[in-house]
Amino acid sequence: MILFDHVTKVYANQQRPALDDVSLEIEKGEFVFLVGPSGSGKSTFLRLVLREEQPTKGQVWVLGKELNRLSNWKIPALRRQIGTVFQDFRLLPNKTVAENVAFALEVIGKPSAHIKKVVPEVLEVVGLEGKEGRRPDELSGGEQQRVAIARAFVNRPMILIADEPTGNLDPGTSVGIMKLLDRINRLGTTVVMSTHDSQIVDQMRRRVIELDGGHVVRDQSRGVYGYAR
Amino acid sequence: MRATFVASEVGNGLRRNLTMTLAVIITVAVSLGLFGASLLVRAQVSTMKDFWFDKVEVSIFLCSKGSDTPSCAGGAVTAAQRDQIKSDLEGLRPLVEEIYYESKAEAYERFKEQFKNSPIVDNVTESALPESFRVKLSDPTQYDVVASAFEGRPGIEQVNDQRKVLDKFFQILGGLQLIALLIALVMLVVTVLLIVNTMRVAAFSRRRETSIMRLVGASNFYIQLPFLLEAALAAAIGAVLAIGGLVLMKTIIVDGVLAPSFQFTAFVGWDAIWAIAPIMLITGIALAGLAAFFTLRKYLRV
Repeated sequence: MILFDHVTKVYANQQRPALDDVSLEIEKGEFVFLVGPSGSGKSTFLRLVLREEQPTKGQVWVLGKELNRLSNWKIPALRRQIGTVFQDFRLLPNKTVAENVAFALEVIGKPSAHIKKVVPEVLEVVGLEGKEGRRPDELSGGEQQRVAIARAFVNRPMILIADEPTGNLDPGTSVGIMKLLDRINRLGTTVVMSTHDSQIVDQMRRRVIELDGGHVVRDQSRGVYGYAR
Repeated sequence: MRATFVASEVGNGLRRNLTMTLAVIITVAVSLGLFGASLLVRAQVSTMKDFWFDKVEVSIFLCSKGSDTPSCAGGAVTAAQRDQIKSDLEGLRPLVEEIYYESKAEAYERFKEQFKNSPIVDNVTESALPESFRVKLSDPTQYDVVASAFEGRPGIEQVNDQRKVLDKFFQILGGLQLIALLIALVMLVVTVLLIVNTMRVAAFSRRRETSIMRLVGASNFYIQLPFLLEAALAAAIGAVLAIGGLVLMKTIIVDGVLAPSFQFTAFVGWDAIWAIAPIMLITGIALAGLAAFFTLRKYLRV
């Protein structure tokens, strides 16, 4: 599903590589936590998967394609199979919940009959039935993140990338979001989630990849947040 | 492709960026208006050239009593000299197409007709006007052949080419056209810069939408299309305004003022306007589209 083969990423005007000779593989259907301090390379890892960046050295394979050799006009097709969720939700404030989700389908040219059918379905999956007409500022943080997850999941992507999805949420709300991500994972979507939240990682007991200074320092199936705890 | 979605995006974009859109419309209208006006002047010049060069003549004025050019030292032209000139002109066919002799009496009649409302007629007598040969050439540019053959000959006071007078006039019109074209070019550059800036502002103010579009895998084309259509639409509105201005110019200035006052010449017809209008429309839309396209390529990258 995702394969990093000796990947090094050095940003322009920087000496130290953000990722240094990273090799790892993430299989279909896995749930992977990406942990490590700020600046350890988590975001770079996710940006490489989304092909927002290209590696300086090495190869990144996503969904059977080598991203270095992927021509620019094929990038949108790749991203349609990858859902993305961020710490800051990134919702459109002047659109309702349903419109925010529908937007993701409209801009990739889906017919409106299809949109009318799948938007209520996905809102039910994320537990937002009855709130279709609300605007983001009328929702709690957890609910806003559910809208973002609905938008990421409405296309039934093969991979869901979550960049600190609980970073702005209180622990109780975070548990709900994690349950939702777990449910999405059980529906067959590979989930890669970067996080600083040790409690969540310890509870979930899923694969943990720890990065430090651009190196993979730990890769455990059924891991916890850190040894030091 | 969902047309209603794109259309609503375009509408939202134009409304949200109304002042900039108005600025684009106005500059496009002004610059294309000038551009169209300069094309109209050019059409006018060529209409007038066709009209006049068909009518221009070379005039050979013969000596009369009291002419003081050296070639008239022998006094008024004699009958023998006149016949000689006539037969020499005949020898220049086919360059010489028509020869017409105008006597003093005819010259006086024409003079009276031309200046009938002016007191000058009372001061001019028939004998003061020269007799002349009016010669029409098959190729007006070959004037020098006639001039060199007759200029300075005894009995001939002066050889006059009407084309020379007209040329000066056309030069002035051509200069005006050039100035209009230069101003139009400067204005078009200003328009392009304004469109570039407008697109930058538009791309910035909608960066949230476009970043989401990128993430969910919208194609570049789909992301840029609303912006491109906005620029093209603003340019099209501007171009239509400019064409309207040109139509007004033709109706009010050309047909309303110039044509009735200067009946001796031809003016551009509506066919010239309808030939220029599509050029203006296409120039405007293409310019805006290209400017927007290259700006967006920089600011809305995958």
